[in-house]
Amino acid sequence: MPNFIMSYLGIKDAITPGAAGSQFWALVYVFIIFAGVSVAVMAMNWLERKALAHFQIRLGPMRVGPHGLLQPIADAIKLMLKEDIIPAEADQFVFWVAPLIGLLASFTVYTVIPFGPSQAVSDMNIGILFMLGVSSLGVLGIVVAGWASNSHYPLIGALRSSAQMVSYEVAMGLAVVSAILMTSLNATGTGTLSMIGIVQAQQQQGVWFIFKFFPLGLIAFGIFAIAMIAETNRAPFDMAEAESELTAGYHTEYSGLRWSLFMLAEYAAMIAVSSIAVALWLGGWLRPFPNLLQGPAWDFIFSLFPGLTFLGLAAIAVVGVVRMPSHSFFKIQRIGLAGFAAVLGFIALLLLIIAVAGRSGDASGAMSPAARFREGIDYVYWFVFKVAVFMYLFIWYRATWPRYRFDQLMKIGWKVMLPISLVVLIATAIVGVLVS
Amino acid sequence: MNDSTHDVSNRALSNLDLETSEKPYLDSNELIINMGPQHPATHGVLRVILKLDGEKVLGTECVIGYLHRGVEKIAENRTYTMFNPYVDRMDYVAAVSNGLGYCEAVEKLMNVEAPARAKYIRVILTELNRIASHQLWLGTHALDIGAMTPLFYTFRDREEILKIFEKYCGARLTTHAFRIGGCQYETYAGFEKEVKNFLTFVAPKIDEYEELLTTNRIWIERTKNVGVISALDAIALGVTGPVLRASGVKWDLRKAQPYAAYSEFDFDIPTGTNGDTYDRYLVRMAEMRQSLRIIEQAVNRIPEGPIMAKVPKIIKPPVGEIYHSIEAPKGELGYFIVSDGSTQPYRLRVRPPSFVNLQALDTMVRGLLVADVVAVIGTIDIVLGEVDR
Repeated sequence: MPNFIMSYLGIKDAITPGAAGSQFWALVYVFIIFAGVSVAVMAMNWLERKALAHFQIRLGPMRVGPHGLLQPIADAIKLMLKEDIIPAEADQFVFWVAPLIGLLASFTVYTVIPFGPSQAVSDMNIGILFMLGVSSLGVLGIVVAGWASNSHYPLIGALRSSAQMVSYEVAMGLAVVSAILMTSLNATGTGTLSMIGIVQAQQQQGVWFIFKFFPLGLIAFGIFAIAMIAETNRAPFDMAEAESELTAGYHTEYSGLRWSLFMLAEYAAMIAVSSIAVALWLGGWLRPFPNLLQGPAWDFIFSLFPGLTFLGLAAIAVVGVVRMPSHSFFKIQRIGLAGFAAVLGFIALLLLIIAVAGRSGDASGAMSPAARFREGIDYVYWFVFKVAVFMYLFIWYRATWPRYRFDQLMKIGWKVMLPISLVVLIATAIVGVLVS
Repeated sequence: MNDSTHDVSNRALSNLDLETSEKPYLDSNELIINMGPQHPATHGVLRVILKLDGEKVLGTECVIGYLHRGVEKIAENRTYTMFNPYVDRMDYVAAVSNGLGYCEAVEKLMNVEAPARAKYIRVILTELNRIASHQLWLGTHALDIGAMTPLFYTFRDREEILKIFEKYCGARLTTHAFRIGGCQYETYAGFEKEVKNFLTFVAPKIDEYEELLTTNRIWIERTKNVGVISALDAIALGVTGPVLRASGVKWDLRKAQPYAAYSEFDFDIPTGTNGDTYDRYLVRMAEMRQSLRIIEQAVNRIPEGPIMAKVPKIIKPPVGEIYHSIEAPKGELGYFIVSDGSTQPYRLRVRPPSFVNLQALDTMVRGLLVADVVAVIGTIDIVLGEVDR
């Protein structure tokens, strides 16, 4: 085979394909991430409806597939088949392009999200800056959508969300800076903006930044955690689409596929901001206690977690099969759920086999390909696990809290969060200097 | 309505004219938007024309009548007995109260008094209905403010009340539970026990709602000092019910002009101090608890005896007129009946609490934000069936 093809195929697993200059693998990663995020959005859609329903003593989707598992697919098909409506009074081109802006913004962010030290499309040296910059472009899509609709409610929704996002960006940025400051606490004294670098800094310093300079890291994380809800327009800060006030806010005039693109962008953005929080404060891909509980034995125990998680999911599915009514009407559903359980069980088995096969032997340093593969899975698993916790929190907030009013939201943003984040930033800097 | 609200409607009309003519692409005029009649938060088919400066409300104009069925006119063409089910369709979430007011008004006109047992049954059912009405109010009000979950909790518990209604008279919502002169149906076997069970069931549930909202920071921020109406304003606008009581006026017809058997029970009138949305919330929550107290006393002391007074088969009240009002869940529900001695009322006029309370909307929301309009519509607790009749 010609050498240049081989060079494209060559995986350098110590660094990201972007950094290695391997366009082929970068493309493969992009596809994997795109597919993964799309599936995650669908899963999130199902989970949100189910979890919200259970918070509210309802069942949620139950008809399409066992326990409504196929509901997101049915919804997607329905939305794609709907008539494509552009209001006569709307600005046609801008109306058309608005959802794409939001979608592009929220998906582009994924190029720098570090699922592992080499499990990212690219290790950009300005990673976090790029991420904040691109993700705030999402607001442009919303503003443009509200404007192009040429209708009152969308306009108010767009105004609200632009004001809201702009004001929360500031506090969010300051909180991020205080985390970045912490990365410079090493021998050379230079920090990093690279997402991978930030996680590695946490590994080197032996502490997640949420616990660093307690309580400074915690406060900065708290500010970010609040700001990111406002940033993604989720309850209790969902003023831009407050259905009881503005019918549907900026996407009132949107329907069908275009509307679903907005939803896709919103959920993708939620995952993206949660990823930032995880990478900056919660140790990214690092498993719990990576420095404290070292050694092959601990490595092996923690590497069992992915398999056990899937085993647990499979067990839940099996319980669902058993609890399903024995009426023949449920036969197909029962078979479907049993099949789903089998698939989950198979994945669990595969992951457990990998965990056993990829057991690192003695600490000689040399790792077999199986061990490297196992390690990669562990990285991705812990990262996704942490992000999933955030996703659940998003649903929990929505079920629990009333909605803030617009002026109260701005008041909190400017008068509470901004001063606190400034103080935290300065305090972090001072403490950092004193420590080093 | 004062001048500025007329101004709003004029502006709205002139704005409509402008749509067709030349209009500058960018201008900084006030925004006039229609909230309703199709809007998730107007509780039916209320249309509110809002004049906005950005998000600030400069004025409102309510347009009602989308659910007008001419109930008062229908009354003139029906016999007194035939009209009885119609009143259930006005405030359809508190149908029992409507029926009680109507039956008592006609009884007063005929100079008949319902037997003691019937009165007790009436009190029990009406107070159960008050709780159901307040539960529905709480759920939708919280939903308007963005808290979705209480709605489902309140509906779950309201279901138990509706089950009791269904067992008693066969209907859940438009119950037609009472007849002129008493009650049509004797209580079913186990009625007392079921009502008592409900009392023990619902008391912790009310705590549960409160747990979600009363000390919730966001809830307090959204409702404190929102939609404030002073006691004087409230009286001037004819506002009654929990809205009036939240402004600090201790006025409850159950105490002020006791009807049915209310004079025999021991209960408090909860009042607020600030007249804001939060106080109205607290007053209604306290009212639910007071209703539980009344029901408990009534169930324990329910007398034996007939449930129907001696009423002729064909009801022909003597010539005269009567105004009788009761404390419905939403405020003073009054019936003014003019009888010409025939089997049909010469004129029947309903004083619906929702309609009168809705007048206060403009006073309450002026200067607030769009989000508050929704909160205030929720807190007034209107039912459009009753506003429009």
